[in-house]
This record gives sequence, C-alpha cells and structure tokens, in this order.
Amino acid sequence: MSSKLTTSNRAGWAFAAPGIVLIATFIIVPFFFAFALSLTNQRLISPNPTQYVGLQNYRDMLSLSVLQLAPERDAAGQILRDADGTPSYPRVRDITRNPDFPQYRGMREWFRVHLGDTAHVVIARDVVFMKALVNTVTFVLVVAPVQGGLALILALLVNQKLRGITVFRAVYFMPVVVSIVVVSLLWRFIYSPDGGLLNNLLSGLTFGAFQPVNWLGNPDTALPAIMGMSIWQAVGFHMVIWLSGLQTISPTLYEAAEIEGASKWQTFRYVTWPGLRHTAVLVLIVITMQAFALFAQIDVMTRGGPLDSTQTLVFQAVERGYGKQDISGGATISVVLFLIVLTISLVQRWLTRERA
Amino acid sequence: MKLRYLVACTAAAQTLTIGAAFAQTPLTMWYHGAGNEVESAIINQIVADFNASQSDWSVSLESFPQGAYNDSVVAAALAGNLPDILDVDGPVMPNWAWAGYMQPLPLDEAVIADFLPGTKGYWDGQLYSIGLWDAAVALVTRQSTLDTLGLRTPTLAEPWSGEEFMAALDAAKAAGNWDYAFDPGMAWTGEWYPYAFSPFLQSFGGDIVDRSTYQSADGVLNGDAAMAFGEWWQSLFTGGFAPGTSQDPAARDNGFIEGRYAFSWNGNWAALNALNAFDDTLFLPAPDFGNGPKIGAASWQFGVSGTSQHPEGAAAFIEFALQDEYLAAFSNGIGLIPATASAAAMTENYAEGGAMAVFFALSEAQALVRPVTPGYVVQAKVFEKALADIANGADVADTLDAAVDEIDADIARNSGYGH
Repeated sequence: MSSKLTTSNRAGWAFAAPGIVLIATFIIVPFFFAFALSLTNQRLISPNPTQYVGLQNYRDMLSLSVLQLAPERDAAGQILRDADGTPSYPRVRDITRNPDFPQYRGMREWFRVHLGDTAHVVIARDVVFMKALVNTVTFVLVVAPVQGGLALILALLVNQKLRGITVFRAVYFMPVVVSIVVVSLLWRFIYSPDGGLLNNLLSGLTFGAFQPVNWLGNPDTALPAIMGMSIWQAVGFHMVIWLSGLQTISPTLYEAAEIEGASKWQTFRYVTWPGLRHTAVLVLIVITMQAFALFAQIDVMTRGGPLDSTQTLVFQAVERGYGKQDISGGATISVVLFLIVLTISLVQRWLTRERA
Repeated sequence: MKLRYLVACTAAAQTLTIGAAFAQTPLTMWYHGAGNEVESAIINQIVADFNASQSDWSVSLESFPQGAYNDSVVAAALAGNLPDILDVDGPVMPNWAWAGYMQPLPLDEAVIADFLPGTKGYWDGQLYSIGLWDAAVALVTRQSTLDTLGLRTPTLAEPWSGEEFMAALDAAKAAGNWDYAFDPGMAWTGEWYPYAFSPFLQSFGGDIVDRSTYQSADGVLNGDAAMAFGEWWQSLFTGGFAPGTSQDPAARDNGFIEGRYAFSWNGNWAALNALNAFDDTLFLPAPDFGNGPKIGAASWQFGVSGTSQHPEGAAAFIEFALQDEYLAAFSNGIGLIPATASAAAMTENYAEGGAMAVFFALSEAQALVRPVTPGYVVQAKVFEKALADIANGADVADTLDAAVDEIDADIARNSGYGH
C-alpha cells in the first residue's frame, strides 16, 4: 500500500500538491510558529530583541492558588456578621498586595466557595483567561447538541416531498450565506434594550407584562443571547449536511419498514438514525470546532463584556496579540486552544469509532 | 478650432508633468482619512499645491480608512514598506517612535512656536510629529437647561467643582425631563475612553501611569485619588445618571439633539450638529474634581517614517502644510480646532466670537496630553476595560488593582519601554 502511494501515483500527488502546500503554508507552519512564539516574549512592535522565556507565558496564564479566609472576629472571638448573617472576610487584595506574600502578587479572585464559615477563594494570575475558557467550554456544550439537534429536526422537516419545499430549504439556509458580521450587527439591533425587536415582540405577546431586558448588557443574559443567535445563524448549514445524509438512505429500507408495520418513531430509530451515523460524527466535530473558534459575534456585539461574561479564547488571543501587541500571549492561548480541540476530536473519534 | 486648442493644451500639460517628474524626487505619504470626501479634497489640495510650489519633491498620497490605518502601518513596517510621510494619532506616536517606525522631524522650532501644545508630539526630548489641528471635549448643554434647573453657568476661570457637577446631575435627574442626566458616551468604545475619561481621573489626582518614571501604575491608578474617581464613576451608573456600556451608538450620536440627555460629554467635531439643533447650546468647561479641570489633547499629526531616505523632503512638505490657510481649511471643512490663533481667526467657527471659539480656549487652558510613553497603546486598552467593568458594577479596588498589575507586567515585559 505504502509503496504504491509513494512510487506509482505521481498524478495523485500532483493533484494533491496545491492543497497540501496551502494547508502547510497557512495552517501547519503557522501552528509551529505559534508554538515557538509562545516560548518567547515576542512583541508585535518592539525594538527589544526577542528572548526565550521557557514556559513563563503558560505559568502566567494558568497559575491558580487557593486562599482559605477565616471570617473576621471581634475582640471576644465572635464572628462578625452583617444584618443577614453573612460573616465578613478580610479582603483578598490585602493578601495579594501584601509584601509578606510575594507569591500571590498579581493574582486576583476568580471565584470562592464557602465551606462552613471558611471561604475558599480560588485566585488566578489571569482571571480573564480563566473566564474565557469557561465561557468557551459552556458555549460548546450548549451549542453543539442544540444546534446539531435543531438542524436534524429541520432536515427531517424539509426532507418531505411537498410542493415548494425548496423555498423552505432556501429560507433556512439563508443566514449561512450572509456574512457573520452583518448578522451580528442585525442581532445587536434585535437585542437592543431601547426599542429592540425582541423586547417589543415579547412584550407584545404578553400584552405588556414582559419587562424589557438589556440582553447584551446584562452579564447573565449576554452569553445565552450570543448562543441563541449563533445557533440560529449556522443551523441551516448543518441542516444541509444532515439532508445529504438523509438522502443517501435507500428508500427500499423505508418501504420494508412500512411493510413490517413500523411506527414513525421506530422507523427513525432503526432505519434513519443508523443510516446517519457518519453524518452525525461529521456534524458533531464540525460544530465543536466552529464553536471553539467563536470570535466574530463577540467582536461585533459585546467585545467580551459586560464583566467578562462573553470573553472567549479566540477573542482574547486576537485582543492580546494585536490589541495589546503581545504576540507571545496570543500565541500561548492559540496553543492551549489547539491542544483542547485536538483532545476533544480524538476523544470524539474514539467514542464514535466503528466497533468490531 | 476648439478641438485643436484642447489638444495643444493637453500636450503642454503632459510636457509639464513629464518635466516635473524628472526633476522631482518622489515622496510617498499615507493618510487616515479615506472615505471622508471633504477631508480628502483638502489634503489632496495641499499635496497638489506643494508639488506645484517647488521643483525638488513630488509627494504622492495614499489614503486609508481610519479603522484600518494603524494596522496597515504596522503591517507595512513589519514588511519594510513604510512611506516617507506618515500621519499618526498623537498618543500612539511614542510607540511608533520607540519601535523605529518614525524618525525625529527636522523642523525649525520657530515654525511651530505659536502652535497649541497638544499638537506637538515630543518623545525622548525630540519633536517627532506635529498636528495641523487639535480636538477638545466640553460639557455640552443648553442655556434653557441651566435656567430650568437654576444652575450657575461655569466659566473657564470658575468651572464647576465636583460637588456642583453632581448637584447639577441630581437636579436634572429630579426634574425628570430627560432619559438620563448625563451622557458620557459609553457607546464609543476604543480610544474615546482614555481620551475622554482619563482627564476626570487626572482631575481627581490620579493617572493611568506614574508620569515621573513611566515604570509603574501602582499608587496612581489604584491610589486613594483613583479609588475616589472609581467610586464616583460607578455612582454615575448605579445612581441612574448615565446610560451604561450597552448604550446604542445611535443614541450617543443623536441623544442630545433629541432631548434625551441634559448634559453630554462630547467633542468639538459634534459641536456643529448641536448648534444647528439648538440656538442656546452651551459648551461648558470640564468640572474640577480637586486637581484642576482637565480635558484630553492631541489628535492626528504628521511625521517622518523611520525608513525614509529623504527626511528633509518630508519635513519640507510638513512645513508647507502648516500654513494658516490649510489649518483654517481643515477647521472649516471638518470642524477641527486650528493649531494656531492666527489660523483660528481665519475660520468661521473658531474666530473671536465664533460659535465654537470656546473650544480653542478650552484646548489652551485645560488640555493635558495622554501619557507620553510607548506603553500607552496597551495602557489605553487596560484603562478602557477597567472603566467598562466599573461601570458594569465590578468592585472598584479589585478592578483598578488588576489594571495596575496588567500595566506593570506589560512595562516589565518591555524592559521599561526605553524610558
């Protein structure tokens, strides 16, 4: 096999060459560049020479510590509590900015857990990165199943032989064709707190009982709002992939199922779904990778705010690399993101492998 | 007959151009104003006048949209393709000068003696860039608003104190005639934040970075004065005086004219609009929060690129462009503040008694340049995020601490930015 591949298939290599050269030049080589840059202090603009700094960038980004804060006590040893019984704790900045604890210098509270009266405060050197990581993972965990599922439902709906069904196919596919930047701008108007379409619609449907929500300005709703519009935007693309999978299933299988008296659900469960196996793997991997690359919506709609509730890894990589001229910092995020996506792809492949 | 005359003329013109091209050394120039017809017409006129006025140099101009300009310069510098003459945003200049994208501007100091201080770009003790104009910010309101609320009119000599300003906002909020009492312009993300809001911090007595050494922000961006600034800043939003970060950009642009805001913190470029809408529009000086009233200074300026072989040619063009008539043309065309008093006298709006003359006075009296350091580019971003976070309710002390840590770490990573 290998000898055939390397010796007698010149035409094949010739056809593959343009693709291989482009992928190597623009994807593989830059990745190795990124990995090399992440071990240096490379800047976008600087007269200073680039220096090798080892894993310093990774340490600056990933360092975590846990502080245990005991509640403050009065002279008699009683815990000081405020009106609703919450104990008061010393401020974290009194420790992180204390010259007695140089190891915590530059770290900041990420979140805290209360066990009994002791507060366990997790402090991170790069809280924004940590929040970006959590947001990105949350985004993937919600968007991958919801978008994949919705796309399948749409595909089943438009896979019927009805008059004018192509109109529906075209309508569902339309948002995919429009530039994501334009879509993001439009959705900014839809989500607008004063007179936005969504607020007006909801208050109309509830006869004015609905209180307008500042969808993108509230840390609790900003990320879900972006998830919603992202799912809407790309669902048509995955619908088409499902549709192509659906149309490869032989009609004779459906006829046989009908003769056997299978219900609609049984037909789906035992004929359609097994026939979509490879399509499902493809859709899942593609959605996962696209979701990890979330950038344009953030850049146009929220720029990571409010209060870091929509920071994502790719947005931070660009913000650091170009905005803050810190190429090495941006490269470090890219490498971490690459490792995460690689791991997930390998796990997905392993989970969906053909079992002998 | 007519046709023959035309042909003769064209031939003559061609000979002229060819002759000129042989004698003149070509210089290239980049400008940020693509897309603005009025601005393009003025800069093209200056280039044409200069090329016709002497026989040594021939400048050719290339314009970029403002949003893509800085990226284009950085990309060109990395690729070694910089033009001879650059224009540069004032606070960014030290970054480019430090990185070697620009060289000192060989210009006689006497030429720019009368220029507004904000238009001169100095780095490391040398002049690198010079602006044809400056920009200024004022507290925009209406005489009728002050009368309704029973407020005194602040003057340059006697601006409002911080308490008077907050009392004015309280009164405007209580009157209930407006959606919000004060519009700081939170919808304008980017350079607007450090440009428009860091002067408040400086008026409180803090700063983005310690200007005595430029090596740390510790104690100035998270000291007592900065904490007081942060608490005040947050109170604007928690107190319901100002629209927050999710303000609609359209509301920012038109809110004051539509009567939705009592006071608006806005620049001279928006002044004509406000004047057209209301005859009694007032441009008030910045309030004094304890360390004097302050506004930001420095706009776009001209300089010589680091790789230019002909700095003397570039300087000759820049000196030519600094004539009062061009300063006045830019001012009349796009509303900018002319860099000299003599040019101001030639303009419609900035002449003595002109509608916007107050901005010239504000620029002279209150303007403070943003920190003159190559690290400003990063510090501006950090400051912007800190102010957005505080406006959204983040803890003031923790946020300012985090900003200080990020600025200090960045300065350390850049070995002190050459100070």
